[in-house]
Amino acid sequence: MCSDSLVRIGVDIGGTFTDVALEIGEKQHTVKVLTTVEAPERGVISAINQVLHETSVSSASVGIVIHGTTLATNAIIERKGARTALLTTEGFRDIVEIRHESRFDQYDLDIELPKPLVPRYLRLPIMERVNAQGGVLVPLCESDVENAIKLMRASEVESVAVGYLHSFMNSTHEERTAEILKEKMPDVGISLSCEVSPEMREYERLSTACANAYVQPLMSEYLGKLANGLKTHGIEAPLFLMSSGGGITTVETARRFPVRLVESGPAGGAIFACGIANVYDLDEVLSFDMGGTTAKVCLIDKGNAQVGRALEVARVYRFKKGSGLPLRIPVIEMVEIGAGGGSIARQDSMGRITVGPDSSGAKPGPVCYGLGGSEPTVTDANLILGRLDTGDFTLSGLSLDLPSTMSVLHQFGEKIGLSAEHAALGISEVVEENMSNAARVHAVESGKSIETRTLVAFGGAAPLHAARIADKLGIQRVIVPNGAGVGSALGFLRAPFSFEVARSHHQELVNFDPKATNTVLDAMRKEAESVVKSAAEGAPLIEERAAFMRYSGQGHEIRVPLTSRNYLKGDELVLQSEFEERYKELYRRIIPGAPVEVMSWVLTISTEVASFGSSVIAKEYLLAESVGMRDVVDPVSGSFEKIPIYQRHQLHDGSKVKGPAIIVESETSTMVGANFDARIDNLGNIDMNRKPSES
Amino acid sequence: MWSRLIAVVEEQAQTLVRTAFSTAVREAGDLSAGVFDSRGRMLAQAVTGTPGHVNSMANAVKHFLQRYPLNEMAEGDHYISNDPWLTSGHLHDFTLVSPAFFSGRAVGLFASTVHVVDIGGLGLGPDGRQVFEEGLAIPIMPLARHSEFNDDLLKIVSENVRMPDQVVGDLYALASCNDEGARRLDAMMVEFQIENLENLGEYILVSSKNAKMQAIRELPSGKYCNELTMDGYDSPVVLCAELTIDDNHIHVDYSGSSSASRYGINVVMNYCEAYTAYGVNCVIAPHVPNNAGSLAAITVSAPEGSILNVKRPWPVAARHTIGHMLPDVIFGCLQQVIPERVPAEGAASLWNPQINGGGSVVDHVYSQDGSDCSSLQEFSSVIFHCGGAGARPNKDGLDVTAFPSGVRTIPIEATETIAPIVFWRREFRENSCGSGQYRGGLGQVIEIGGANGSPFTILCNFERINNPARGRQGGLNGAPGAVSLASGEPIRPKGRQSVPSGDRICLALPGGGGFGEPFERDPNLVALDIRDGIISADLAKKDYGVIIEDNIVDLLATNRARKQHD
Repeated sequence: MCSDSLVRIGVDIGGTFTDVALEIGEKQHTVKVLTTVEAPERGVISAINQVLHETSVSSASVGIVIHGTTLATNAIIERKGARTALLTTEGFRDIVEIRHESRFDQYDLDIELPKPLVPRYLRLPIMERVNAQGGVLVPLCESDVENAIKLMRASEVESVAVGYLHSFMNSTHEERTAEILKEKMPDVGISLSCEVSPEMREYERLSTACANAYVQPLMSEYLGKLANGLKTHGIEAPLFLMSSGGGITTVETARRFPVRLVESGPAGGAIFACGIANVYDLDEVLSFDMGGTTAKVCLIDKGNAQVGRALEVARVYRFKKGSGLPLRIPVIEMVEIGAGGGSIARQDSMGRITVGPDSSGAKPGPVCYGLGGSEPTVTDANLILGRLDTGDFTLSGLSLDLPSTMSVLHQFGEKIGLSAEHAALGISEVVEENMSNAARVHAVESGKSIETRTLVAFGGAAPLHAARIADKLGIQRVIVPNGAGVGSALGFLRAPFSFEVARSHHQELVNFDPKATNTVLDAMRKEAESVVKSAAEGAPLIEERAAFMRYSGQGHEIRVPLTSRNYLKGDELVLQSEFEERYKELYRRIIPGAPVEVMSWVLTISTEVASFGSSVIAKEYLLAESVGMRDVVDPVSGSFEKIPIYQRHQLHDGSKVKGPAIIVESETSTMVGANFDARIDNLGNIDMNRKPSES
Repeated sequence: MWSRLIAVVEEQAQTLVRTAFSTAVREAGDLSAGVFDSRGRMLAQAVTGTPGHVNSMANAVKHFLQRYPLNEMAEGDHYISNDPWLTSGHLHDFTLVSPAFFSGRAVGLFASTVHVVDIGGLGLGPDGRQVFEEGLAIPIMPLARHSEFNDDLLKIVSENVRMPDQVVGDLYALASCNDEGARRLDAMMVEFQIENLENLGEYILVSSKNAKMQAIRELPSGKYCNELTMDGYDSPVVLCAELTIDDNHIHVDYSGSSSASRYGINVVMNYCEAYTAYGVNCVIAPHVPNNAGSLAAITVSAPEGSILNVKRPWPVAARHTIGHMLPDVIFGCLQQVIPERVPAEGAASLWNPQINGGGSVVDHVYSQDGSDCSSLQEFSSVIFHCGGAGARPNKDGLDVTAFPSGVRTIPIEATETIAPIVFWRREFRENSCGSGQYRGGLGQVIEIGGANGSPFTILCNFERINNPARGRQGGLNGAPGAVSLASGEPIRPKGRQSVPSGDRICLALPGGGGFGEPFERDPNLVALDIRDGIISADLAKKDYGVIIEDNIVDLLATNRARKQHD
């Protein structure tokens, strides 16, 4: 797809680090710098300059820059967005605060609910009403809009969301309101719920529109500055943005729908795993990304991540479902749990070991960093177990402190009658069980199997735990890719140009109207194409569509992927059978004779995913030479065994390592479990396969 | 392995949520799922689910085993019942019990409960005078044998309910849910290489019981009494509790409570135990998992024939009206023991009217525009709404949030797509929060009319109209609820009534009680509530002694007002 000389750059801004990956042809170079929180564009530009300098590439030869950022997410979490108002149907101004009237924890009397982004005094009622069929019950009262404008001016509002009931069925009131706003308040951002998230369910739609409005001025300004900054540094290459759905999009679209930029880093990680799936031609992959604070698990089928439409940001309790603000945007389905290297271990009232969800973070960090941490973490447990060595982190300027760690774990174990080593093993087993469980539940919820998958492990902490998790899940093969430390930024470079459009369009299948459905889908295609075409520059476009369907009367729709074509009379039978097949996959049985309905459609236009090259099987694999032996606790027997240590940079195409062993590199270490053998391929990836069973 | 077992039942419950038809299940979470050992003792229960089923289901499984011993059950069998006295208190709840097999042997049971959308009879309201009027009763019997469904039973159910597709669909959902549990249990036993659940079960039950007893042991022993009066159907109902803490055990006795009502708000013993245990647990040991071990540390008694231990065939359909009040009754006892952990009273009982329409249902012959009502579309819809929760000892109460029920509301846009009704208003009810250092949660106002002004009927079941949520430690009461028609015509808070053509029903849901002296509240927080239109400047002055000038607190005047109050 791309010529060899084209230089591509991927930049991922995270909370702590900004990662940059530069690629010329098949060669990659990566850089990690600290994020400059006060002016993130500066950090991006200086990191790009650094990587250009290190590779002696001129800024003029950069062909494309692809960027993902947590900026939008952080603005929502830290409440640093614009002063935003919401214009909404009279009588319903509190929808974003009433939520679903539910508690996300049944037993905790002390919970706090997420505060809406727009305070009540800026939620302004407008007289108007559209019914469920799109008919106008009360016409738009334009003088209400004028009065709201006066009030917003007085309150120095910077951005406005407009969200009326049933606007996804009839958007004229929202559109007319936007016209008036544009005329009277030309300098404020406007987000219409019928454009940002044209779907049924008022709380989610309005919440999404408010979040879009809330981050719009900030993101617009940032993207403008970044584009200019790149130009002044001689980088004329077009700038594209990574979105939460796993596709990349233009600056213009990102400015209109900045809410689609949240969670773009993890999406890049999932795309990275998709690329690895394609390299090995794997139908079923379990992507496992574990860093310092969290682990992210994602299912990848035939090289594609599952895409969903619901996301939660700014949770009051980070890992409690329901404690955040809901967003309805295209998003790669993944589960994030509080299980990272820095996750803190404790004991509950029944003497059980618990790990996370809170993390010691970079500061004070695990006990072994010697930076003031006093509570045992997963990394500390790994040090006690011998999986990490005191000298492993010297490149980051840390020498791990074994005596302090030992004493903390000794105290921890004493309370429940365990030695330090057994307590450490308990911590590691609990965190691995947590991650395995998250993966298992996610698979069940998606109606997919898990033990047939290949585990792709990346992120600083994943390679140490991957083999044991594979044991717990019954998985046969684990791949630890080269460059795993900056997986997300590498993923950006492979992401397709894409845009997803969703529309609610309720129809009972018995009354299926092929013409009306085609009209809706044609309009959706036109909209998606107009966004993608400008960036794709003639590359072939792929259309994917799915209907959200359910048995009439059920509350949850399932996503049914369908082939793209014009529908004809009689196609309701095709839709019915596709639905039943998917339903059976999820729930094992169908309900005979029950009527089926379509609630909404999604349509995505995208280019193809670029390739990561291909893995070639070596003629023969030779046993590599170890650099030493170390005492490491075996997770099954619980006792120390001497196992060999290897340096990753000394391994090459055709090297073989027999488990148990540890492969050390500067950013991470890979544990080759006792049940696995590993080999290194031509791409430098570690490919672990389960040993044939002895019995 | 323990957390894994909890994960197994959670997966079981999630399957139910996603395949269920009944809005009560899928939106409101009115369900439960659990795993039991071969003796019928509950080992784990899903976190998803409603407190009303906590040990209703734990007791129900024992009744199933008495009828059908485990060794007579075969793989693929499912047993079902909706008997209110054996399961969870009204005919709308179906409980399904299924054996779980491991290498050919029955090692335990899965049970799940679902609230179906209709069960025939009068509907989900308190108007029935005997349980026979409340719908179809299914004694404990097989729903499936060897994976073959009992078609006769399904036909009987279909013929007796208003929405047969959805009800039968929910019975299938129950079977899917228990099957999923059994499949996950099998995988778990393979991985951990165990042959049965005996050792694991014993460990779980003993350590949970110990943890619960430990929590109780930390409390001072003694007897603590409380009394709560609620509106009732036609006359006030008094709930009296005496809570005894005796070393490592808690007993709650409801002697002195009102005798059974002649209408369907009565509670069976199972359900009474469930909400009592829930109220105790969330104050004293919220993190100890629910199972037969932890539940054994709390016992409950109520006089036979009282409203909390009603006998057959008294009516029970709207039993949650009373059941939802029990945690507030318990809180009143526990606040004498650990005042720093107990919130003020809240709106408690859900307002979940059933709205029915159609020619055969409405009480009117002609519509507002003169058209004939007999041609109106038939529909039936239940909506779930709630008022404000009680203020906490260190935080405001939750605005418009269900407690103790685990309800989630249905989006207005979804309800209006399915049923020909129009919501004209649903927003915070100003000044409804009980004043206090920490204020109660706000109630809400809801206004509903028929599409095109069509008439409809509504099964009302609204509490806390005469008896508002009480404040604690100087906190004031929340606003009482109110119900009216937009036309000003009167309407009763309980029972089936008509909303005439062109009229609308207006619900003002109660607020939560406040905690602590209102004059102790931070004046800036009071100012914020005024800015947001949550309370009026007059109320701020009267209840809080806070004087506002140009949207900011007039500190001098406020101090003066507060001093005078002292």
